[in-house]
Formats: sequence, structure tokens, C-alpha cells
Amino acid sequence: MQDGISLHHAASDDPDDRALASIFTAYTVSATFWLLFATAVGVLLAFKFGAPDFASGAWLTFGRLRPIHTNATFYGWASLGLVGVSYYVVVRSSGTQLYSKTLAWWGLALFNIAAVAGTIALDLGYNAGDLEYREWPWPIRIIFLAALVVTGWNLIATVAQRSTEEIYLSNWYILGGVLWTCIIAIVAILPWYQYGLGQVAVSGYYMHNAVGLWFTPLALGIFYYALPKLLNRPIYSYALGVFAFWTNLVFYPIIGSHHFLFSPLPWWLQTTAIVFSVAMLVPVWGGSANYLLTMRGRVRDMIHSYALLFIFVAVVNYLLSSTQGTLEAFRSLQEIWHLTNFTVGHSHWTMYGFITFAVWGGVYAMLPLATGKSAGRLGLALHFWMAVVGGTIYVLSLSIGGTVQGLDWVHGLPFIQSVVDMQPYWVWRGVGGTLMFLSHIVFGWNVWRMTYGRQGNAASPVLGPATEELA
Amino acid sequence: MNKLVLIVGGSTLVYFCLAMLMGVIPGYELSKTPPGPGVEPLTGLQAEGRDVYVAEGCSYCHTQQVRPLNQDKIFGRPSAAGDFAYQTPELLGSERTGPDLTTIGTRQPSEVWQYIHLYNPRAVVPQSIMPSFAWMFDVVDELPKGETAVPLPAAYAPAKGTVVPSQQAKALVAYLMSLKQAPLPPGQGGAMAAAATPAATPAAAAVAPSTGGFDAAKGNAAVNDDDPTLHIHTVLYGAHDVIIGGVTYGSPMPPFASQLSDEDIVNIIDHERSSWGNHGKPVTAAQVAAERAKGN
Repeated sequence: MQDGISLHHAASDDPDDRALASIFTAYTVSATFWLLFATAVGVLLAFKFGAPDFASGAWLTFGRLRPIHTNATFYGWASLGLVGVSYYVVVRSSGTQLYSKTLAWWGLALFNIAAVAGTIALDLGYNAGDLEYREWPWPIRIIFLAALVVTGWNLIATVAQRSTEEIYLSNWYILGGVLWTCIIAIVAILPWYQYGLGQVAVSGYYMHNAVGLWFTPLALGIFYYALPKLLNRPIYSYALGVFAFWTNLVFYPIIGSHHFLFSPLPWWLQTTAIVFSVAMLVPVWGGSANYLLTMRGRVRDMIHSYALLFIFVAVVNYLLSSTQGTLEAFRSLQEIWHLTNFTVGHSHWTMYGFITFAVWGGVYAMLPLATGKSAGRLGLALHFWMAVVGGTIYVLSLSIGGTVQGLDWVHGLPFIQSVVDMQPYWVWRGVGGTLMFLSHIVFGWNVWRMTYGRQGNAASPVLGPATEELA
Repeated sequence: MNKLVLIVGGSTLVYFCLAMLMGVIPGYELSKTPPGPGVEPLTGLQAEGRDVYVAEGCSYCHTQQVRPLNQDKIFGRPSAAGDFAYQTPELLGSERTGPDLTTIGTRQPSEVWQYIHLYNPRAVVPQSIMPSFAWMFDVVDELPKGETAVPLPAAYAPAKGTVVPSQQAKALVAYLMSLKQAPLPPGQGGAMAAAATPAATPAAAAVAPSTGGFDAAKGNAAVNDDDPTLHIHTVLYGAHDVIIGGVTYGSPMPPFASQLSDEDIVNIIDHERSSWGNHGKPVTAAQVAAERAKGN
């Protein structure tokens, strides 16, 4: 199976390699556009907390832009970014060529059509309800489902024609993630079991499964390819990776109702969700340990490879933010934190600190191998540090502010006091968010350097003896 | 190939079963939850207003679920399963940047207040960060017959013309007015809501923050009068079109007799009599009870 992750020729003249490079490039460029758009909207939203009368027309009102921000982040940025890297990982780790270039381009078009149509619909006030992460009207979500089906078909067929005996671990996670998400999308669309409280139960299921069985497995699959590749050493334990795969699959789908603790959902459903939220520590700690042990003793290498540094931050955030999620699911802590901005801090710690850093790590590790061009160190450094500092300010300010907000309620203060007390934390959130946005502009520049930029600056992100081979 | 079938097919089958178990089956069973006693479907205009509420994403900041927790008592009794029978799409929400709206029709029953607040929330709550929904209002030169002007404070009113609510705003306010809780039959958690302390009652929450929006209670003769009869009567039974300091207050003040106990009303009246430079004599529960006994 080590064949699967052995070094592959970078930027060859082989037409299949060039086609894969242009598909990887197109997905990444597309994703970068969505990242810039979604986070520009995010900055505007953050600004509105301090200046509610700024940009106050119907098309720019908070309630319409808020789902545009989340959906564009989920289905524009993170989905396209992860699928792009996944195409490269699946093809290379299977020691074969892509099954169908046409399907890959169709998938790209469908993902983008869905995201554009969804954004326009939400801005015009057409939505399927204020249902977290599934606000797009159902016909648009069918387009997204079609993109998933096309992608799953292409990836499975690619793995089916692999030249290796084993199916490399990355592909377990990636194929699983795509197929499970098809089921999630179908469950979310069908209406027959979604009336009143029944829809609340489906919302609980959906909003956590869409995160934990789509973004998480793809990001984890990318780690399993990128780390051995960057470090030129095998994964610490293949068996632990398989164990984390199955436990993640079984535990994750059960925890969704923890978003509705103290609601009229049946108490047993809420309690089951809490129990399995604790069980999630098994795949989270198991998986994180596997990645960190693979990196053991190579901390100094991060000085030389920003790709490795991005993935290291993503792994650490996966460990910490998921553990935080388990703690948050306890009723005693939910009493204070539920419905406050603490939750917003948590969702950014996971979607940004973990998933977004994972996409960046994957792109910086593999896009230069595909195109033969790399980003400059200054651009990488600026991107990394602004994103880390900005993200930290963002999460800290909302976590502290959310706690203050929750305690204000517990102390029975007039409600408006919790709004007044949040103001300084919202300002700091805006500062953090602005830094994050600036780092995305630098990321856009880095993507340009790695794709359309000048040839011949290919400093490989791969460390160790392999570096010389590649150079 | 067999490995591929095992990993891809096997894991997808496992996931399919879990999706049924945790998503579809609970959804199916709970969709059959019957409406609670007194829970009615919305009327045409109210339902139209709910669509506006959904389209504008109100529930990203306003929850509609009262939890069985102390801090939620100000919003009503704990929500029961039967409360949500007619609520599709569901609007429980996940963030409470603004207050819960489960009982807003009871807590703030003045349509005029709601119109002013929607047009610009800061006109009535200076610290509010809610968006303005001014585009749901029309500015007309002449008030059409049968329409009621929105009495905006001068600082928030347009330079010229009169502001009237559009159909959207009327529907939205009709929906907000409909948001009330049907009382639970005895023994179904009603006791929890009844235990609310004075500080946690809706009126106290509304009065406490500052003088902002409470000019009508500042230097008001009824509030400073040694004879508290008029003051008590106003809190019990409400008022409308009152002239205070030369300003006509067109928006009605809601009655609180059915919501608040005598002790709560004493607390509120004493608060008003000792705030914003007022120096009225404190009242007693006996005086409130006597006034209540006289009726409206």
C-alpha cells in the first residue's frame, strides 16, 4: 500500500497528469472565489453588530446574508476545496488515472450552479425555512445532490481501476464521505417526515451530519495522504485509522439532537445524543493521536513546510474543537452556553480552525506537485499568521462573550443588557474576522502563484530525502 | 473489487440504517404529534406574516422555544411538544441574539409599538442592534383612507411624508401578535411558569433598563401624585391616547391585570415612582387589590 503514497512525478507532460492538474486547479480557484465571497459577507455581517443601520436595504439585511455566509462557506468553499484535493489524492493513491475528466468538470459546474442559484435565491428571500445549512430551496439542493452523485461515481470508478491491491485509507474516508452525504442530502429534501416537531428532529440530525460526515471524513482522508507524503514516512498506525473510520461512522450520526437540548424533543433522544457526544472522543482522540504520532519528532520540519504547519494546526484544532463539542453537549454547560454566541465561536473553531486549515494544508501540499509551481514563502507566512491570529481572536472573543451573555440571562438581567455586554466582544470578533479575510486575499494570491504564476519556482513542499529527487 | 464493495457499500449501508434511526424515524413519529389544547392554526394574514418572518431570517436571532430553565421564565411557560403542531418550517432557532418570541404577542401586544420597532428598532430601544425593516413601509404624502400612520419619533421619521405599513409589515405584525402560548392544563408544567419572580416578569424586564423609551413615565402627574389610584388603574387596565407634557401618546399601553400579581404591580409602580427623577409615595398591595376589586 505504500506504493499508493510513494512520490509521484510532479508536473509531468503526460496529458492525463495535466488534465488532473487543471481539474485540481479549477476546483481550487473556484473554492477560493467562494471563500473570498463568503468571508466578505461574513465581515459585513460582523460589522452590522456594531452598526445595525449600515447597508440596511432588503438585499443586504442580516437575516438574508447570514445563511448566504454559511451556505457559501459550506457548499462553495469547503465542499469545492475538499473535492478538488480529494480528486488528486484518490488518483495518486490509487496509482491510476482519473476515471472521467468529463464527470469531474460536470461536478464542478453543478457545485457552482447550486451555490450561485442558492445565493441568489436566499438574497431574494426565497428559502426552504430558516433551517441551518439547508436553507436553499429544494430544487437547488437537488442540483447539489447531483454534483455529489457525479463526484461519487467518478471517484469510486477511479478507485475501482486502481493498480494497487489495497484501497488506501484516505479513499475509505473520501468515498465514504461522498456517499453518506448523498444520503444526508436525500433525507433533508424529502418532506414526508418533516412537520412541526418532526422537522426539528430532522434539523438536529441534518445540521450535525452535514458537518461530521461530509467535511470531517474528507479532511481526515486528506491528512492520511498528505502527512506521509510531506514527511516521507508511513502513517503511525493504519489499524488505528481504520478503527477511527468505523467509530466515527457509527457514533457521529447519533449526536445531532444535542443542538436541541431542553427543547420539547423527546428526552431520550437528547440524552442519547449526549452519550454519543462523549463517545465521539474515541474517534477524535484516536484519529488525532494517529496524526500527531505520525508527525512525532519532526516538529522542526514545520519551519521548512507551511503545508505541514497548516495541517498541524488543523489536527490540533480537530482535537481541541471536537473535545469542546463533547463538553458543550453536557446539560450543565448547555444551560449557560446554548443559544449564545459561544456556539458561533465553536462552529468557527471547527469549520475554520479544523476544516479550512485542512483544505489549505491539502492545497499547499499537493497543488505544487500537480502544477509544478509553488507559492512564495512571504505569501505563505502572511496567510498562515493572519489566519491563525485572526481565527484565535475570533474564537476567543465569542467564547468569552458568549459566556458573559449566558450568565447575564442566568442572573435575570433585562435581556437588552446581554446585547450591551456583548458589544466589546463583537468588536473583537470583527477585528479577528477582518484579519481572517485579509489572509484569504493572500491565499488567493498564493493560489494564483501555484496555478497561473511563473513556471520554474517549484520549491517542493515535500520534506526529507524526497526533496532532492523532486527538485 | 470486493474490498471496494465492502468499504463503500458496507459503510454506506451502516450509515443508511443510522440515518433512518436518528433522522427519518424520529421525524416521522414526531410529525404525528397532535396539537396541544388551545393550539390553533394561523389565519390567512398571520400565515402570510410567518412567511415574511421566514424569508427575512428572523429566527437567526430570535428563538421560539422556552426551555424549562429559570432564565427562560420571562418568555413564558416551557414549550410543550403540542405547541409546534402547525409549525412548518420549524422556527425553534439556535441563537438568541434578540429575545425569544414565543409569547411576544402577550409580552408586547401593541401593534403600534411593533410598527415603530420594525421601522427602526432604535426608535423604541436605543441599545437594540436589530436591523431596520423600513422597506416594508411606504412613505405617502397623504394618509389613505382607513390607513393608520406609524407615529415615529421625529428623529427617526422621514423628512416629509407619512409612514404607513405595507401589506408585508401588516402581515408580519399580525403574525407577531398571534404568538401567544395556550395555557397548559394543570399538572403539565404550568406550575413552573407560575413560579416566575417579579424581576423575571415581562413588564419588569421591559421597564428596568433605562429611561430610554419611558418618557411617558417621567415627571408624569399620575406617577407623582400622592393618590395612586390613577397610576394603579393605568397599570392594571392600560391606557390609550393619553396626553402627557403636551405629547399625545397614540400607541396604547397594554393592560397587565391578568398577567401580574398584586405584588408584581406594587414593585413596578414603586420602581416608576422612584426612577427618572420621580418622587411618588410607595403603594401597598392592599391598594392594588382594592383597585383591582373595583374593576375597569
